[in-house]
Formats: sequence, C-alpha cells, structure tokens
Amino acid sequence: MSDTAVETAVEIRPFHVRIPDEALDDLRRRIAATQWPEKETVPDDSQGVPLATMQKLARHWATGYDWRRCEAELNALPQFITGIDGLDIHFVHVRSQHEDALPLIVNHGWPGSIVEQLKIIDRLTDPTAHGASADDAFHVVIPSMPGYGFSGKPTGTGWGPERMGRAWAELMGRLGYSQYVAQGGDWGAFVVDQMGLQAPEGLLAIHTNMPATVPADVDKASLAGEPPPSGLSAEERRAYEQLIRTYGQVEYAHMMAARPQTLYGIADSPVGLAAWLLDHNDADAQPAAAVAEALERTESATGELTRDEVLDNITLYWLTNTGVSASRLYWEYKGGFFNAKGVEIPVAVTVFPSEQYQAPRSWAERAYPNLIHFNEVDKGGHFAAWEQPELFSAELRAGFRSART
Amino acid sequence: MSVTSEATTIRPFQIDVPEERLADLRRRIEATRWPSRELADDRSQGVQLATVQELARYWTTDYDWRACEARLNALPQFMTEIDGVDIHFIHVRSPHENALPLIMTHGWPGSVVELLETVGPLTDPTAHGGDAEDAFHLVLPSLPGYGFSGEPAELGWDSGRVGQAWAELMQRLGYTRYVAQGGDVGAIVTDAMARQAPEGLLGVHINLLTAALLIADQLPAESEQERAALGALAEFQESGFAYFLEMATRPQTIGYALMDSPVALAAWLLDHDTDSYYKIAGAFVDGKPTANLTREHIVDNITLYWLTGTGASAARSYWEDGLARARFAVEPPPPTSVPVGFTTFPGEIWASPRSWAEAAYPDLAYFNEADKGGHFAAWEEPEVFSTEVRAAFRELR
Repeated sequence: MSDTAVETAVEIRPFHVRIPDEALDDLRRRIAATQWPEKETVPDDSQGVPLATMQKLARHWATGYDWRRCEAELNALPQFITGIDGLDIHFVHVRSQHEDALPLIVNHGWPGSIVEQLKIIDRLTDPTAHGASADDAFHVVIPSMPGYGFSGKPTGTGWGPERMGRAWAELMGRLGYSQYVAQGGDWGAFVVDQMGLQAPEGLLAIHTNMPATVPADVDKASLAGEPPPSGLSAEERRAYEQLIRTYGQVEYAHMMAARPQTLYGIADSPVGLAAWLLDHNDADAQPAAAVAEALERTESATGELTRDEVLDNITLYWLTNTGVSASRLYWEYKGGFFNAKGVEIPVAVTVFPSEQYQAPRSWAERAYPNLIHFNEVDKGGHFAAWEQPELFSAELRAGFRSART
Repeated sequence: MSVTSEATTIRPFQIDVPEERLADLRRRIEATRWPSRELADDRSQGVQLATVQELARYWTTDYDWRACEARLNALPQFMTEIDGVDIHFIHVRSPHENALPLIMTHGWPGSVVELLETVGPLTDPTAHGGDAEDAFHLVLPSLPGYGFSGEPAELGWDSGRVGQAWAELMQRLGYTRYVAQGGDVGAIVTDAMARQAPEGLLGVHINLLTAALLIADQLPAESEQERAALGALAEFQESGFAYFLEMATRPQTIGYALMDSPVALAAWLLDHDTDSYYKIAGAFVDGKPTANLTREHIVDNITLYWLTGTGASAARSYWEDGLARARFAVEPPPPTSVPVGFTTFPGEIWASPRSWAEAAYPDLAYFNEADKGGHFAAWEEPEVFSTEVRAAFRELR
C-alpha cells in the first residue's frame, strides 16, 4: 500500500524549532511521575539498561537539563522544510563561505537524529577554522529521515532506504547541486548504499562509516549462526565473530522490524522511550559503551559525547513523538544490514574501532570495487560523528578529496 | 535471605487496592500520548491503534476493577514463602472429599484471572454437567514475579525452580497425591515437574507443546496437519517472536515502559499471538467477545499486571527460561517419568498433532484435539477445558 500523492509544498520553506513551554513542562511532569520497575537481578547490563542508569539520567532530565539550549543551537542553523514525494522533509543546510565547496548530504541513523551531526557542520563548512584546508570545504545538507525529527511521518508503507535515496537525490537537485557526495552511518549507511546502487546523476561518491562489506556466503553463514567459514583471514575471522556477537544484540531491531506499532510505551513514557533508545549496542557493550560513558560526561572541550547531547537526541524523539514512526523503518526494510550490495560508484570507507563490526580491507575492496579511500582509525564507535567529530570530519575530507573535480 | 517461620506459614490473603491507585491509573490512561496510526490494515505492524484506543476508553469509563477484586476475594486466597519468594495462590477445596488435588499454572501474558472460570467446573463438577468422580481440589498459584506473588530478587528463577516450588507448595498443603496442569509458561513449569517427578506427583496435563521448541528439527512433517503445525511454528519463530525475544534478552529495557505506561502495558500484553489478538480486538472494536474472552476479563488481567507492577518481573521470567533453554541445548533435561496428557486446542499458536505430542512425550498417556478454544484455552472455553482436564486425569485417580 503506497500513500497517495499528498499535496505537500515543494518550495523550500524556512523552519524554526518552537517547542511550547507546556510541552517541556509536560515532559518534566511525566519524568517526575515515572513508575519504576524494580532493579534488574543481574549486576550488569545483561537484562537491559540498568535501573541506576535510568534513574540518574531521569533525575537530570527532569531538573538540570535544558532543551532550550539545543533548540537555540538548531535555530542558529539554517533549517528548512520541503515536500518530496508526498512528505515534508526537514533539513539543515549550511553553505560554506568557500564557493567551490563540495556539496555533501549526511544521513543519520537510529536511534540517532540530526543531533548526531551538529558538531561536524562547522568543521566541514569552515575547515580553515579547524586547522584544515579550504580545499576540503563542504556545503552541508542534513535531512531527517521520514518519520524522524521534524520530517513528516509517512501515512502509507514504502518509505524504505531506496525511496529515501531517491528523495535525497531530488533534494540535492532542488538545492541546485549538480554534483555532490553522500555520507551515512547506521540507516544512513543503508541509504547511501542505495544511492550508490541508484547512481543518480550528480552523485560523485559516497562515504560510509558502517560499510556493508560481508560477502554473500559469509553473510549467510553468519545469519545462521554457523562457525566461521574456512579460508577467512585472521581479520576476516575477527569480523565474523563480531557479526555473530552483534546479531545476538539486535533484538530491538527484531522488535521494530516485526511490531513497531506495539511500542506504545515509547510514545507515552519518556523514560520508556529513553531506555529503548539507549539500548543500541556497539562493539563493546549494550547499551553502547560510548553512550554509557557519555552519560557520565557533563562536558567536553574536545567534542566528545556528553550526557546533555544524549538527552538532546532523546528529547528530540520525545518532542516530535517519533519513537514509533522511526521504528517503522525497520519494518519497511528487510534487506541485509552488513552484506555487500553491489555498489560500483566511488566509495570511501572509514572503519571505527567500536563499530558493530570492523570491516576488513579485503571485504571492503570486494564490496566496493571503486574504493577511493579506506582507513581504520583508532577511536570512535557506532555513533562516529557524534563521538569523534574532529576525527570524523578529517576522514570525510580525506575520503572525498579525490572525488572533487 | 533468612526465612522466618511466620513467612513459611500459609497466611490468608485479601486484595484491597487503595482508591488512589485506581485514580492514578485512570489519570495515566487519560493522559496517554499516542503514536500515529499503523501503516497496515491488520496486525502486521503490531497492536492496532483503534484496538488500544477503544480498550483505553473502556478502561477509563465502563470498566470496574472492584468487580474483579470482589471475585478474587470471594475465593480462598493465601500467601506462603517458598524458597525466598512470597507465593500467592488460590486454594479451593472440592465439596467432594476424595477429589484429586490439582495445581494449575497460568502463563504469560496471563494470570490466575485466566483460570477463574474453571474453578466451578473443576471443583464442583456436578453443578457443571460433570461427575463427582472427576472432582479436583484446586490450587492456582501466581508465578513468581506475576500477580500478587513476590518478585525474585536473585537469579535462577526459571520454570524448573518454579516446579520445585510448586511441589513444596502441594506438600505444605498436605497433598501426598496430586496432579499438575499448565499452558504457556505454565506448560514449561508443568513439563519440568514431570521431569523432576517429585514425590506425590501422579501425572501432568499440558495444552501448549513448549517442548517442541527444543526438538523443532525432530518434529514429523509428513501429514497435512503436521505440515500446518510446522508452518505455524515457523511463522511464530519468524514474525511472532519479537515480544518473546525482547523479554528473553532485555526485560529491564522494555520493563520501563511496561511499568510507567498503562497503555504500553496493555498493548504489550495484547500482542501475544494472531488468534488471541483478533479475538481480543474483536471484543473491543466490534463489540464481539469470543466466548469468555470478554472486554471485562481482558482488562481484569491487564489491570492485575498494572496494579501489582509486574510488567518487568514477568518479562524477567523469559530471561531466566532463556538461560535454562541454553543449558538444555548443552545438557538435555531428564525425560518425563510421570504420565503426560496433552490437549490440542484448535486456535493455539501451533496446534500440535498427536505425532508431535508423542515425539515430545514418548509415553504419552492422553491426547485429544478439542473442537474449540485457542491459546488461552481455559480462559476462553472453561467448560471445554475442564472436560479435557477431567478426561486427562481420570485414569490416574
């Protein structure tokens, strides 16, 4: 069932975030009125997000946390809405002062949002202010996926990564960019891979920080939980074991792929929503170690992830009531996460050490025959841009350098 | 944890929920923030918005918890501490002295509420078209972490440990000969008891073949019936399994929503299986209840979970049983050593043919296919269910 062509205005309209006081008061009231489960019966996170973590976070969320700071940050950026393929799409669009900058569209993931990319915008659009070259400047476009953030919520099925890829090509065209590149991690990686397959005119290259590189036979074996196939190099075997581990940690994905509508709690309970969003894994833990550490970090001079940033993201989901609509994306797309897709256009890959699996170069070269950049960095994880904005930006500059004409 | 002698005595129990808890429940339901509507026209994306909204409307208007409370309080209820956990149970003795003692275990997302309509037919058969010889003294416990039973604070409370607790309970009640029955999680508990074979246990009856999950690759798939069952099992494991997986791995994560949002809890409890979902949805959206699965009874059950705050602790029982299943994959449990009876209800998630029951229980003592009823067999069709239980245990008396 596809949605009928809804009359959404195709002109590009400026947008500002204006959350009424009442919505923030309501959020705080609900958090304060949370009815809590008892403590988990294990001393670790093996039953889910621990009670102590949630209660500590909730206390700050209902008291010291200030959404207006995030709102001001967003409103300091040029934001817009435009109707594409029947749906309102929200995006941030920051042009570099350097006219020849390379247009770049960056796609967030789940449980993320545009909040994940806020710290890379200036680094990408104004490189000389960050010790990098003007030749590596970007014009940056950061959309919210349908059903996420301030974008519209689809009312019919069909908004999977393929359709999103086409929408992003349309968006870049509408913005007047005849040549551009695309970047993504998590769902963003699925979307840019689809864009790579669609190879729209103007798309010069993609960069992915969660590359889909697993060869078909290996992918099949890993999904079946088999022991590592013979003939894998040590690196490949390590990646295989990481895949097996991660498949045992993605029950949230199974739930959202099968029963997104059943998750009424993530629309009705702020703490319920927060726990759900926190329970994404990385290579080190579930909840992701990087996020768990961030909850203990009240500030960072070097751009590392902080507690308030994590709450910015969760609060955005809450205020836009996009918990369930975001989950529907998993229902829409039943394709593989990590299997090689057959992208032939130029691809840049950065492997972050705490991503769910570390793609070996051997697999990346097979999956992306036109591999223009491959680098294994030494820090950062699944939420690469969010956790390591400096390193991430450096990787995008390096990755796309050869794509610039 | 030290056990006082008072705790292990059998203490009478009555329910008395403060009015403020009910007012709070109503306020929370009325303040529900709803997601947008699902994008499908059926349950393929989850519990439909119209279903839950109609349930919520009924819950805050026509529904009256006090009726359920009175119904429960009219039955003999007790508490006793076993193995460190307070166990709530209903204990109804038959007017017939020689009745066979029977301990019957509910499942998830159920509770003792599922079994209330069987009390009359099982303990007082002659008033329900049955024979005095088929009477039972009935014990209906609440699983640890469910209903008014306490919540385990330590690890290890899988269904096997529950089975041991039930054996202790029957002994404490003075029963030296008894039988056990269970569906859903109750089936896992009852199956465990049949393998533990505690002194006094004469036999068991089960109405969901949970044992099939452990021998899925050994189940016959020749006849049409077998293939249909295999298809149903495969479909469950593929698309009906999400709640099971979430509870078995991240009970605490989903627990926050289940404890804080009545509507989240209600939807979660409604999403068990296709047959029961449509029966329940029909009761609310179309005003058409299926047999005893009325709006009132459905909301009685959900409200019990809410008022006892057992959403997370009940989920945790799946986590424990998940670990147990992993242990069984390495070291299979001992075979059953008491007679096992099995009834297939036609609307069960997978309706097991006789060959499957025999594959799971080679010495199957009783098998029958009932002509109506689904996963919540006792709840939906208490008379049919009771007839089955009588038949299954008749030879063991």
